[in-house]
Amino acid sequence: MSDLFAARTQMALSLGFHIVFAEIGIAMPLLMVLAEWRWRRTGDEVYLRLAKRWAKGAAILFAVGAVSGTVLSFELGLLWPRFMQLAGPIIGLPFSLEGFAFFTEAIFLGVYLYGWDRISSRAHLTAGVLVAVSGAASAIFVVMVNAWMNTPTGLSMSGGQIARIDPIEGMLNPSSFQQSLHMLLAAYAATGLAVAGIHAAILLRKPDARFHRRALLLALSIGAPAAILQPISGDLSARTVAAWQPTKLAALEGQFATERGAPLRIGGWPDESKERTRFAIEIPRGLSLLAFHDPDAQVRGLTAFPRENWPPVPPVHIGFQVMVGLGTTMAAVSLWAAFVTIRKKDVARHRWLLRALAVVTPFGFIATEAGWTVTEVGRQPWVVQGVLRTADAVTPMPGLVVPMMTFAVLYLGLGAIVIALMMAMVRETM
Amino acid sequence: MSDFFASIGIPELIAGIMVLALNAYVLMGGADFGGGVWDLLASGPRRDAQRELITKSIAPIWEANHVWLIVVVVMLFTAFPVAFSTLGIVLHIPITLMLVGIVLRGSAFVFRSYGSRARGARRRWGVAFASASAITPVLLGTIVGAIASGDVGTASGRVGAASFADVFIAPWLAPFPIAVGLFALALFAFLAAIYLTIEAKDDAALRNDFRIRALIAAIAVAVLAAVALGIARTAAPRVMAGVVGGSWSWLLHLCTATAAITAIVALWRRTFRLARVAAAAQVSLILWGWALSQYPFIIPSTLSIRSAAAPRVTLTLLLVGLAGGALVLIPSLRYLLRTFAGRAEESSEA
Repeated sequence: MSDLFAARTQMALSLGFHIVFAEIGIAMPLLMVLAEWRWRRTGDEVYLRLAKRWAKGAAILFAVGAVSGTVLSFELGLLWPRFMQLAGPIIGLPFSLEGFAFFTEAIFLGVYLYGWDRISSRAHLTAGVLVAVSGAASAIFVVMVNAWMNTPTGLSMSGGQIARIDPIEGMLNPSSFQQSLHMLLAAYAATGLAVAGIHAAILLRKPDARFHRRALLLALSIGAPAAILQPISGDLSARTVAAWQPTKLAALEGQFATERGAPLRIGGWPDESKERTRFAIEIPRGLSLLAFHDPDAQVRGLTAFPRENWPPVPPVHIGFQVMVGLGTTMAAVSLWAAFVTIRKKDVARHRWLLRALAVVTPFGFIATEAGWTVTEVGRQPWVVQGVLRTADAVTPMPGLVVPMMTFAVLYLGLGAIVIALMMAMVRETM
Repeated sequence: MSDFFASIGIPELIAGIMVLALNAYVLMGGADFGGGVWDLLASGPRRDAQRELITKSIAPIWEANHVWLIVVVVMLFTAFPVAFSTLGIVLHIPITLMLVGIVLRGSAFVFRSYGSRARGARRRWGVAFASASAITPVLLGTIVGAIASGDVGTASGRVGAASFADVFIAPWLAPFPIAVGLFALALFAFLAAIYLTIEAKDDAALRNDFRIRALIAAIAVAVLAAVALGIARTAAPRVMAGVVGGSWSWLLHLCTATAAITAIVALWRRTFRLARVAAAAQVSLILWGWALSQYPFIIPSTLSIRSAAAPRVTLTLLLVGLAGGALVLIPSLRYLLRTFAGRAEESSEA
């Protein structure tokens, strides 16, 4: 295994591990605050139990998210020192803001978890709201960094050296809004529907459990709207990719030839050597319509770009298919739940809906991993699109397979333990 | 001395704020690691009570305390990107090991707090938490020692030219950095024991346990300081020159020694609050002593604060960001510490 590949694998593992905990860390506080708020409003003790349960889960997941996030901040220098040397002065600004948002989150999570009997009920609820708000804020800031890597603005180069930088322009780059919105919605949809799915599965066995009923409805109230809005946000993101990262668009659609009225491909296997995507269902003019909102728009295919600037096409194309497929399913199930609610029927007793929700439980997290693959692998061979190649950013230290394996073992172990703990926690409520 | 003040510009100001953030991390996060050390070394008839006090004291605050380290790292790569990349390359191995320690410490702590109530499982997480708490500060200190010795700076110029061992191992796996690592461990344990005497205010016996532990740690601090300086004389002459030869170093040493003696006397006489202030001052002065001894270098003796600094616009924005952040952070932090002051005598967790 080459050092570059080991470094990329380690970074992918670390980000792929952290992103799940980060998503839960963003959305879970909102759930616990909602439950506590319902308890204060209704006096129903079930809501209090729910708030405390969810807070306990959030505490474990937040801690693992915090330490794995620390690892990432160092790994930027351990694996990609030349990237940080170039990018540090630009992306340092959103990272600093993220640092303070994370600080606020950690402080008020401590207050929330251990302050039940120490502060007034209003102060306690406010602490929870601050955790939820600062969690969302830190996600926005950190995604701005990734957005900059995709669409780097605010710097001009001359002769391989930076001539001028504008960190504010870099922070407000063309992808910042779209990507942050997409990530936030992903966090609420994935976490909300995962929690809803767990409680739906229990309700299938114990239809009268009030605790799980309330939990299901609260989780759906966060997860379902986010899942329904996500396709719109996805469209926004895809159009930005089409405008700024044409090679990424071509790779994720498996589009090799440049053509007007390009079709939308569903599924299929992109064959890089034959330069065409086989076995896909093609919807005529679909891609031109979606990417440029014009059925006759020209889409530049991969062959329009030098081969050394192509990302690895199959993982990007398949990642995109997985993300869109799972996201669409989540949106459909959420619409169904909304429809059942509007018809004034009881969601918690609708057995087919409960079954669908139970099936969808892991979809959001799988879709997140797939989407993250699309945005990161799709940017290759660049670490900063058009500015710095990943191969030129990697550390000169040899033997990178060793730290990669170390973190792989560490994260596999931690992941297994966290899942076991969560399952034990869910069982306690049954 | 007037030369010193004349040399202060925005880069030096930001470097100073970085040391301040590191200072906060050492006083707060460092003591949380020290708490883990005393969990590992818990003994005697009140062994379980000691562990319980430690857990209750650090549970609500350790995550917030930990963020100081992230602040330091982010400031480093924003304001001094070349220094960050140099450290990332040469000190890859000890930093990775420290990260593993950080991950294990934090995870094991929450797994113990929120996981299975079974005694065996809790004990296993306790051991993992305590061992990681003891190993991580040694690595942190080793990293600082390696930077101070000047060997990181030298090695960074030989990447690709010298052998793997010379560039990636020799700068940190050496007597002086390791002595600094052990010294850091002793300092953190010392701080933690003193803080715990205050947390244990309603239990005289428990309080005395930590008083004795603090006194033992104070001796370890003194011995390890002597060892580290002894090694520095031959192995890291640059550090020695900085520590002994600086124009105002004698004043710093006088203050540090006064603080150290005050802490020990206060412990002996059971004036615990004074002991806490003196110990915090002692540890802070040691940290600032290191920082000033290598001034104007950020990585001695190859990279100065000036030469490593990011463009002016970044530094200015960072200062604005830090000021804005401090406005949110300081009242929040005060609220957290006030809410849980003397928290250990009662359990409030659901």
